Amino acid sequence: MSETFKKQVNKSAEVPRPVRSPMQFPAGYGLHPPNYSVPSGHYSQVPNKAVSPHLDNQYRASYHSTYYSAPAQNVMTPPVGTNMLNTQESQQLYNKTSPQTAESTEGLIRGAVSSASYLHTSAQQSYSAFGNHYSTSVSSSVASQGFPLNSDHYTMPVVSSAMYPVSYPSAASDSVYGQAYISQSLPGVGQFKQTSAFSSQSTAVPHSLQQHVPVGYNSTLPAISSAQSVQDSLSRNLSGLLAKTNNQINTGGIDSLQPAQSVSQKAQYTKPGVGTSVSSAAVSSGRTPTPGLSPEPRSTPSVTQSPESALQKAIDSSSTTSSASPVLNNYDALEGGGYPETRSVTSSPVPAPSVPQTSKTSKPFGYGYPALQPGYQNATSPDPVQPSNSGHHPGLQHYPQQYTGVNQLSSSLGGLSLQHSQQPEGLRPVNLTQDRNILPVSSVPAPVPNLNSDLRKLNCSPDSFRCTLTNIPQTQALLNKAKLPLGLLLHPFRDLTQLPVITSSTIVRCRSCRTYINPFVSFIDQRRWKCNLCYRVNDVPEEFMYNPLTRSYGEPHKRPEVQNSTVEFIASSDYMLRPPQPAVYLFVLDVSHNAVEAGYLTIVCQSLLENLDKLPGDSRTRIGFITFDSTVQFYNLQEGLSQPQMLIVSDIDDIFLPTPDSLLVNLHESKELIKDLLSALPNMFTNTRETYSALGPALQAAFKLMSPTGGRISVFQTQLPSLGAGLLHSREDPNQRSSTKVVQHLGPATDFYKKLALDCSGQQTAVDLFLLSSQYSDLASLACMSKYSAGCIYYYPSFHHSHNPAQAEKFQKDLKRYLTRKIGFEAVMRIRCTKGLSIHTFHGNFFVRSTDLLSLANVNPDAGFAVQMSIEESLTDTSLVCFQTALLYTSSKGERRIRVHTLCLPVVNSLADVYAGADVQAVVCLLANMAVDRSVSSSLADARDALVNAVVDSLAAYMSTASNLQQSMLVAPNSLRLFPLYVLALLKQKAFRTGTSTRLDDRVYAMCQMKSQPLVHLMKMIHPNLYRIDKLIDESAIHVNDKVVPQPPLQKLSAEKLTREGAFLMDCGSVFYIWIGKNCDNNFIKDVLGYPNYASVPLKMTQLPEADALSSERTRSFISWLKDSRPLSPVLQVIKDENPAKTDFFQHLIEDRTEAAFSYYEFLLHIQQQICK
Amino acid sequence: MAFTFAAFCYMLSLVLCAALIFFAIWHIIAFDELRTDFKSPIDQSNPVHALVLPEYSIHSLFCIMFLCAQEWLTLGLNVPLLFYHFWRYFHCPADSSELAYDPPAVMNADTLSYCQKEAWCKLAFYLLSFFYYLYCMIYTLVSS
Repeated sequence: MSETFKKQVNKSAEVPRPVRSPMQFPAGYGLHPPNYSVPSGHYSQVPNKAVSPHLDNQYRASYHSTYYSAPAQNVMTPPVGTNMLNTQESQQLYNKTSPQTAESTEGLIRGAVSSASYLHTSAQQSYSAFGNHYSTSVSSSVASQGFPLNSDHYTMPVVSSAMYPVSYPSAASDSVYGQAYISQSLPGVGQFKQTSAFSSQSTAVPHSLQQHVPVGYNSTLPAISSAQSVQDSLSRNLSGLLAKTNNQINTGGIDSLQPAQSVSQKAQYTKPGVGTSVSSAAVSSGRTPTPGLSPEPRSTPSVTQSPESALQKAIDSSSTTSSASPVLNNYDALEGGGYPETRSVTSSPVPAPSVPQTSKTSKPFGYGYPALQPGYQNATSPDPVQPSNSGHHPGLQHYPQQYTGVNQLSSSLGGLSLQHSQQPEGLRPVNLTQDRNILPVSSVPAPVPNLNSDLRKLNCSPDSFRCTLTNIPQTQALLNKAKLPLGLLLHPFRDLTQLPVITSSTIVRCRSCRTYINPFVSFIDQRRWKCNLCYRVNDVPEEFMYNPLTRSYGEPHKRPEVQNSTVEFIASSDYMLRPPQPAVYLFVLDVSHNAVEAGYLTIVCQSLLENLDKLPGDSRTRIGFITFDSTVQFYNLQEGLSQPQMLIVSDIDDIFLPTPDSLLVNLHESKELIKDLLSALPNMFTNTRETYSALGPALQAAFKLMSPTGGRISVFQTQLPSLGAGLLHSREDPNQRSSTKVVQHLGPATDFYKKLALDCSGQQTAVDLFLLSSQYSDLASLACMSKYSAGCIYYYPSFHHSHNPAQAEKFQKDLKRYLTRKIGFEAVMRIRCTKGLSIHTFHGNFFVRSTDLLSLANVNPDAGFAVQMSIEESLTDTSLVCFQTALLYTSSKGERRIRVHTLCLPVVNSLADVYAGADVQAVVCLLANMAVDRSVSSSLADARDALVNAVVDSLAAYMSTASNLQQSMLVAPNSLRLFPLYVLALLKQKAFRTGTSTRLDDRVYAMCQMKSQPLVHLMKMIHPNLYRIDKLIDESAIHVNDKVVPQPPLQKLSAEKLTREGAFLMDCGSVFYIWIGKNCDNNFIKDVLGYPNYASVPLKMTQLPEADALSSERTRSFISWLKDSRPLSPVLQVIKDENPAKTDFFQHLIEDRTEAAFSYYEFLLHIQQQICK
Repeated sequence: MAFTFAAFCYMLSLVLCAALIFFAIWHIIAFDELRTDFKSPIDQSNPVHALVLPEYSIHSLFCIMFLCAQEWLTLGLNVPLLFYHFWRYFHCPADSSELAYDPPAVMNADTLSYCQKEAWCKLAFYLLSFFYYLYCMIYTLVSS
């Protein structure tokens, strides 16, 4: 076997980003109590809508279908479940043993494998049980308390800790319990034909338990022990039953049932008992190790952080070690994104040095599987009662513990049952007009798909792959009913710190649909796998049977391709149409009078000189320069010349290359000449009187120069092209800038740039545009050169090197990133999805080659894509759908690589579930993309109407599903509570706003950004984050690299939050504004800004001084933490009331009224009116 | 039995209609190839574009001829398509050189299916009108 697995540390390693956990969500809600505790007033009506048995029923119905369909899937495909568990298992083992001894423990793993499959099913069981518990607990509390707004499980304890236990022992809840169990588990029997024994037992368990559970809650120890003993006996009895079913299940995946296993089997079977007995036992067993640790609710993030840094170290060390190192196994968490659960998973595979620390820290997160493992390991001991004890006890402590730490609880629940908590959470009705604090404390987390935890763990990180609906509706009709767009948001070439790179002579793909093998395929047996997109059964090639990670044979399901949803393959020559191209960079620079005046050349040449060695590429890297004014100048940089030669071509109507061979030269061979040129260029044109700009001819020349190889053309333009092909005329009427009526000229004036881009795209050349103009330069037309050639667009309005230092600094920083970031050449990206779904529109910068194939001449890590989908065939016969993007590109080192992301989502058939799974950020970003298309093809007014209608329709549809909601209130499901706010933000965004004076280029640029930015950046653009920074405290701070980073809560984007006594930081993605109030504490100004008082703070301040004061340190660490989380380092602007830039700041306060637009509250009323119509 | 101008119009349109049918089939094949991935949209656009303008002009010619021949019913049948062609012609992307089928947009599933449907509808229309012209030609020849 010539296969090697290695880990690649990306060159531009992304600093580990402390992504907020979805678990913090509940904590955010912790802020709400004031709201909720407002007496009767709005509660009195609330029960009417929220108690809605109708809704509840819907829920339950949908639940059992999802639960039971999920196990059904697993039953059919035992190996998948097994192998997922296996990773866990083996990782856990690696934890204890060093990687080198991994082989010796293999026997142990084998054992674990077989038992793991039982564990798996049992876990399933416990989920469903938990789910029951969940929904019943909701309804029971509702019934007894009439406290529906908090029907969310998690907020309850926070809001009123006393209330919760009270509601439980009540008879009402008891009966609800019974019903819930029966109604849930009975249908299961019918569904499982293969595992009838198993499922029938699942019905049996709840019945018997039903009597014990309530007892467990309100009585003390004696009751516990009795419940326990029942449990034990129960589980022992069950074990026999289970053994049969499990053997059945087992047939496919693990055929090596070793004698030793019987012990572990039995032990295992105590688990289901535990799982089902106290509905939350699985959770609590996860928490068994924690009581000692139990951190404060708010300090949880700090715990999350540390494993990561430890992990980071471990990664660093391990990436240099042998290729078979087990760390490399789990990408999802290694990559540093993801949610804490993933993180804690990966913390377990980390080998030797950091083990004690990480394992300790990972435990509090009560992650489904790892948490079960201690139980499992105990289980190998002769006494099978042991694990059930350990599992059971904490189960009873479950509720008391809850109050100690909400975060901890929710995170521990997160591992196992987030899907359950999430759905009610997502569906919890929020009265928008009355609930004013709908923003979470920290950034909005991506919703987690309602999958079982195995799949969820394996799923693609939401940073690279997000779907607008995490619960895919079964039919187009259902999708239409929900009135939400279905689509994907992609960030496929994102910088990843860690990524499994696979070198293999055969890349295993489905033979009919060419899907790459991924974690969501099912292995029918050892030799065959079933494609999860087209359901074709494929053979497993001989080579794939060998697993280089474990150096074992016959475990195809443990290969890294099947363990990671994001992998990168080194492609063979089958994936090449021609030998991989070298990295070729061509810079096309405007040197007309206007350009020289703006002074950008100095910055470009300086940055290039600094980063010449950091340009991605290998020894073949080539570089060239073209400058243009009314003529086009070429530079001969051929090795051997004493100095660069300038060749001027003045025949711009019929452009030709003077010396085709020596214009693009090898970077390394001609480095001296290039440096000479770069240092000479800024001064060469200082006295130019040429005001014309022949951009078109220069681009034609550039295209001719690049067409033999392909590569990247970077165009720097400072004015409207005024000569030769592609000349443009000013189309903007400045008097129309603030018109509320029609905004014209959003489309291109000429096809020249589009055609050029298409030609370039055909020759694998991308054109990136830097527009640094102070006047109108028709970006709408110019942008086409980048749009269709997969380039990127940067725009610096009123750029001037000295008059506008903020722009100059931004330009410099952007340029640095631009020059040094990763780049992929001659790329294509194909998006495949499960049969029945189809893609109908793409958004982004690319050329669409085919219905599912995008041609990307270049791909860069900052490019995002969006895809709209429709459901062509009903998805009734499947419970899961998958999406796979495969990005085939040539790396700057001349390797052909394929990066594959796979996302798996559940299918639902009820409208409520569709709403529960809506990802509001993704929805808004997709809508923004659609609105851009609409405003170009139709009109801006149409696009704005469409945006408003999107909110109105979806909320109206939601309110009509919950029929007993009062029509007089505007209610949104919790998952969509930010929807109106975001849409209002969109309407006030530069791209779509009317009434406010907006330059046409600014507007077009904002539109270009909406199309090409990845979701994270776009969201900051649409809805910036506002923090108060004058009173940063260490409470709830997180720790990153030994630095304390305070975490101030998010503020509403409203002037009412800005107090004169405070200082505020607004994070707009590419700009940070710091607004200083007039009466801001002088100590703060002195310490942080370095000036004695408010009056002395200068107007143009773009940097914070490094002072020793604590407040300064906190502020700087917070800002640098924010900066680290994004590739472009943003520009900082200090804003005072006298500052002209304050309008920029205040226009981002989108909740406030402006002369031309609604305030948030007015907007809500407007929506409500529209709905009632 | 006399050879009138109307009869001549029908004879000519019969021949040209055959050409239009051929164009429509050509379009259908081209879009099908696009959909099934055999062709790049850039290649696609060129031959198709070559046929768009001839098709529009031939159809306009019909209308003018029938107007001159005072065949009001036939003209009435053709006018809707004439207006549709005008609409397409003036709503095409920026430069009129790229008629109707914009390479970057044509692969958009909605656009593609629209184009395909359009081509099928036109084929049906031209086929029907072919037989209609045949009938009318014989009728005018016989009746006058």
